[in-house]
Amino acid sequence: MAIKESRARKAFLRTNMVVLILVSLIMILPFIHVLAQSFSSSGAIDQGKVSFLPVEFTLDNYSFVFQDGSIWRSFGVTIFITVFGTLFNLIATASLAYPLSRKELLGRKFLLFMVLFTMIFSAPLIPTFLVVQNLGLLNTVWALIFPTAISAFNLFVMRSFFMQIPQELIESSRMDGLGELRILFQIVLPLSKPAMATLGIFYAVFHWNTYFNALMFIEDRSLYPLQIKLREMIVDENFTSDPTSDFYTTMLSSSPEGIKMATIIVATVPILLIYPFLQRHFIKGFMLGSLKD
Amino acid sequence: MTSRKLALVWKHKALYLIALPGIAYFIIFKYIPIMGSVIAFQDYNIFQGITGSAWVGLEQFERMFQYPEFLRILKNTLLINLYDIVFGFSAPIILALMLNEVRKMLAKRIIQTIVYMPHFLSWVIISGIFIGILSPSTGMVNHFLNLFGIDSIYFLGEDSFIRTIIVGSGMWRETGWSTIIYLAALAGINPQLYEAADIDGANRWQQTWKITLPTLMPTIMMLFLLQIGNFLDFGFERVDVFLNPFNRVNGEIFDTYIYEAGLLQNQYSYTTAIGIFKSVVGLILLVGANFVSRKTTGNSLY
Repeated sequence: MAIKESRARKAFLRTNMVVLILVSLIMILPFIHVLAQSFSSSGAIDQGKVSFLPVEFTLDNYSFVFQDGSIWRSFGVTIFITVFGTLFNLIATASLAYPLSRKELLGRKFLLFMVLFTMIFSAPLIPTFLVVQNLGLLNTVWALIFPTAISAFNLFVMRSFFMQIPQELIESSRMDGLGELRILFQIVLPLSKPAMATLGIFYAVFHWNTYFNALMFIEDRSLYPLQIKLREMIVDENFTSDPTSDFYTTMLSSSPEGIKMATIIVATVPILLIYPFLQRHFIKGFMLGSLKD
Repeated sequence: MTSRKLALVWKHKALYLIALPGIAYFIIFKYIPIMGSVIAFQDYNIFQGITGSAWVGLEQFERMFQYPEFLRILKNTLLINLYDIVFGFSAPIILALMLNEVRKMLAKRIIQTIVYMPHFLSWVIISGIFIGILSPSTGMVNHFLNLFGIDSIYFLGEDSFIRTIIVGSGMWRETGWSTIIYLAALAGINPQLYEAADIDGANRWQQTWKITLPTLMPTIMMLFLLQIGNFLDFGFERVDVFLNPFNRVNGEIFDTYIYEAGLLQNQYSYTTAIGIFKSVVGLILLVGANFVSRKTTGNSLY
């Protein structure tokens, strides 16, 4: 295409680029600010000297965060619910999405409507809490896994993925004598790796970030997942904190700002590390899933 | 006929068995709580349960509308949602259109990578970052204001900024991510349309108005209807992490209020009534918006 770019067009493209760079800066400068403070001495932070570069470089904030044993425990709880929760999510979602993708299933429309209805008319909080309580799940990690086993949205995405798999393939597998379970696990799921990876990431990020469910269902401090622990450390150190912890007393005695910022960095790095590797993959899967059907 | 259907069900019984755990999940964790909403018509007592508690009809709902608290929280919920729809909904469309104009692939990819990033951070982390950058003594926003001779502002310490902070932090987190679906729709537009428009003498603005936006319209309407359906469901987490005793009056919404009054103060029936109110309003808005959209633009969810 040899379309001559007019002067107005060039000016537009340049302005467009400038605005986009500004937007990117708005997205990234807060991180740089937090990073700079996490490496700065408390004196420098308190005097308001730290913007985007560390002042009086120190690693004290990090060594302090890593010394606090309870944050490691919370990391452990969160890793557990992320790994097992995500696996459970994927199996549960696939095992409902697969039958719903098959035209042979009578009552498919009714079941789909049932799922859709829960997206529009969500169950109120207290009755949900009462169900979890009556099942005896309060104060267990299972309360963070079972009640969120299937996301209706992800179910629809996975179903439309399954529907793209040629019917002939399933038919011929059945001719070969495979049962439905083996068709699902040996034919359909291996063909759906992009969808599984994408939804797996959605579910994993959900579990990693889980906050509200933990606030509702977990009272036992030793089972606090990372986000609840972070909330204590970052947002309001004197609201629900355990006043006997080392963290709490040091927070009161010294400037907490640098420690808070180091905590934010420590909790953010795992997510940011996996992000670039998976970005292209999940965007591809996300688009396929959302645009078909 | 029925026996034929039964035979068909029997033939594919394995499919039903596979579906069973998933169906059980929806019944146990979605439909039983929806049925459990009947406690909104009771004076629910933890020890007597649903079967033993006294029925009080619409008393909880009457109580709801009489509370000045309720009206304040309704106002907060409506305003925050309204701002979020006006600003939070349009920003990704504009950003996607702008990104679509970038022809340098490397620059485009770098910008995209940066703007998607905040989506993966939890609200707790985001509140930590925002509280940090907005801090009156140590935050970069006030450093910046000080450069221009403006006194430091304690943004989270008073009522006047809390709604802006809630909506703004949400936009910071989600705008980039929400562009994905629009960029996908934009990538699907046939380039020949633009070439033909060029030959007909249409400039870029006319092309945007006549080709790009109409192509995006179904996607825009679909996402808009979904958001309208969740109008009062703003989400507990993104508000709770910013609330403190100084900004609560303007910041509290239904979701945070239901948690506080319901779970922490055990007002089970009353807050369930609020939950039902929320869902019913959402349903009415969705059906209404869907109807209007189908009549005017021809797009609808169902």
